[in-house]
Amino acid sequence: MEKVVLGNHAVSYGVLVSRVQTISAYPITPQTLIVERLSEMVADGELDAIFTKVESEHSALASAIGSSSVGARAFTATSSQGLALMHEMIHWASGARLPIVLANVNRAMAPGWNIWTDQNDSLSCRDTGWMQIYCQNNQEVLDSIIMGYKVSEQVLLPTMVCLDAFVLSHTAENVDIPEVKLVDKYLPPYKLEIKMDIDDPHSFGALSSPENYMEFRYKMQEAMDKAEDIIIKEGKEFEKIFGRKYGMVEEYRTEGAEIILVATATIASTAKASIDSLRAKGINIGLLRLRVFRPFPVKDVVRVLLNKKKAIVIDRNISYGKSGIFFDEIKGAFYNIEGDKPKIFGYIAGLGGRDVTPEAISDMVDDAMRKDKPEKDIIWSGVKL
Amino acid sequence: MVRGETMSKLTIPQEEIMSSGHLGCQGCGATIAMRYMLKVFGRKTMLTFPACCWSVIDGPWPYSAVSVPLFHTAFETAAIAASGIRSGLDALGKKDINVIAWAGDGGTFDIGIQAISGAAERNDNILYIVYDNEAYMNTGIQRSSATPWGAWTTTTPVNNPKSRPKKDFVEIIAAHRVPYTATASIAYPEDFIKKLEKAKNTEGFKLIHVFAPCPTGWKMPPDLTVKIARLAVQTRIFPVYEVENGVSYKLNFNPKKFVPVDEYLKLQGRFRHLKEKDYRFIQENVEYEWKFLNRKVETFK
Ligand SMILES: Cc1ncc(C[n+]2csc(CCOP(=O)(O)OP(=O)(O)O)c2C)c(N)n1
Ligand code: SF4
Ligand SMILES: [Mg+2]
Repeated sequence: MEKVVLGNHAVSYGVLVSRVQTISAYPITPQTLIVERLSEMVADGELDAIFTKVESEHSALASAIGSSSVGARAFTATSSQGLALMHEMIHWASGARLPIVLANVNRAMAPGWNIWTDQNDSLSCRDTGWMQIYCQNNQEVLDSIIMGYKVSEQVLLPTMVCLDAFVLSHTAENVDIPEVKLVDKYLPPYKLEIKMDIDDPHSFGALSSPENYMEFRYKMQEAMDKAEDIIIKEGKEFEKIFGRKYGMVEEYRTEGAEIILVATATIASTAKASIDSLRAKGINIGLLRLRVFRPFPVKDVVRVLLNKKKAIVIDRNISYGKSGIFFDEIKGAFYNIEGDKPKIFGYIAGLGGRDVTPEAISDMVDDAMRKDKPEKDIIWSGVKL
Repeated sequence: MVRGETMSKLTIPQEEIMSSGHLGCQGCGATIAMRYMLKVFGRKTMLTFPACCWSVIDGPWPYSAVSVPLFHTAFETAAIAASGIRSGLDALGKKDINVIAWAGDGGTFDIGIQAISGAAERNDNILYIVYDNEAYMNTGIQRSSATPWGAWTTTTPVNNPKSRPKKDFVEIIAAHRVPYTATASIAYPEDFIKKLEKAKNTEGFKLIHVFAPCPTGWKMPPDLTVKIARLAVQTRIFPVYEVENGVSYKLNFNPKKFVPVDEYLKLQGRFRHLKEKDYRFIQENVEYEWKFLNRKVETFK
């Protein structure tokens, strides 16, 4: 069914068609519409789930962890401060190997209070063992919830589906909401093999000494390695049923390009328009959109960027004292690679929701084209000093 | 007398669900509490522990002393982890499984109070049991808000002992008007078991606050655990009572004569530095609190 929906409601519909069984959440701007819509769905009997209205985000995720541990499909959603408050349980969910899906509306961290978009909230969860997906439109938001469960339940790691505050969360777009029956064909009921079970009692998360802790962590990394193949496989499967294609990355007009713009989330959609106008001016440029951040798409990044002259990475985030986070990861991906590596330029743009306009993107491209190589790891875009 | 006959008169179920192979110290009151709880609740039970002595007592992976499914959770999340397990089970139609949060006083009175208040206010269908050893024992005997006035801990040294009274936690929970709240003691197993049974048969949020002496942290001989727990009740330092629906108070132990607090305090190294005037202060406080508790009992008789 085609419907015009906000990004937040695309999340709610994704949860509905995925037949989620327990929801626990706490309101925060700009996530609130997700849970408001879900509480209506549950109240109307449209969604057969138990919705626990918890007293904090820390509890929202702790509740989802409890439900997931007995074999229920669990969901929660948050943003920014809420995600930061959850952080202890973010580690717990992945360490306990529970396939929870969490929608995070990317919002800047305080102080000062700012409800607009940037990625420092979710990227602060980089090293927690969660898969992370950055969406560029509302359709992808809905689809990523469904695929999130499909992948998570195979690799037993949780998934964070990220959408930009307001640019997606509060923007209406045409979205195809698939029939639940069709989704059932893709996403079977959640069957957790190792779970809390009175007929086979075990303790979960008990004391783990230096003698065995490391092996548990090894297995988390092994699951992440496996996740890359499964995301690709399930993307293809998804395309067969729903006709929409998703992988680790998306390429746009990269063929024959000498310069590649690298962006994520909604900046990538804006960048597509910029690519078209730059191409029209005869500049050989294409776009690489990183969709999945964890597991990091090293293979795709190297495949697309090797033998290119320049890569221009736009980061709506910053690791203070280092650089843009995607920039850093991409640079790292090339270190042990032989061959003709691109010069990699890292731009920080759009923090705290500042608009990243097509003009701003063209300015970054102009700047990178003028230089042989970047002089430093951070080039600020549009900062007023 | 025939053995079976004697046993049939006892109210304590015979089956041992907790195994003796655990890591508790000698004379640990918290292990006695668990043993009774499991006897009542049986195997159709799921447990969650936050960080506390019991996360160690139960043993290292892959061992467990409790013989029922157990989910270890973060320090401040016992109540909500139990609620989450409950809603997961309900969503799967497994409504007949008991879900119990089992936590220490620190994880309850202090860092966990927010999540407990949330679960109590929603009246989530779980039982929360706090075993009270009156300090953070897992981390090596630091004060909690359950530590009594005057007690030594590693963060309230003898020249600066705890200067505030123990928090009245049951009162806080009762203020949520939950179906059932009670205090209990490992020295009175029949009473404790009756309360566990009542909680088992009550829908909604239940909390039992069980007094569980800790020889290691209280600096007392391990063979005195039960005696000291009994003295706590007999001196009225730890009265055992129930609260129904947050308003209806009932005393479960109300003898004609009470034991002076000195007898309780003198057995424990954590009170060794106290002087005669401190004993009197504690005694006065006990009288005052007892009066207050009796007023509550009277109000809603
Ligand atoms: C967030 C967090 N802070 C601190 C700790 C360290 N910690 C673990 S157990 C504990 C004390 C537990 O005290 P209590 O709840 O009274 O249980 P007991 O150890 O006395 O049985 C502390 C402070 C932790 N695990 N998590
Ligand atoms: S420190 Fe105290 S509560 Fe902890 S195991 Fe030892 S006796 Fe029990
Ligand atoms: Mg304690």
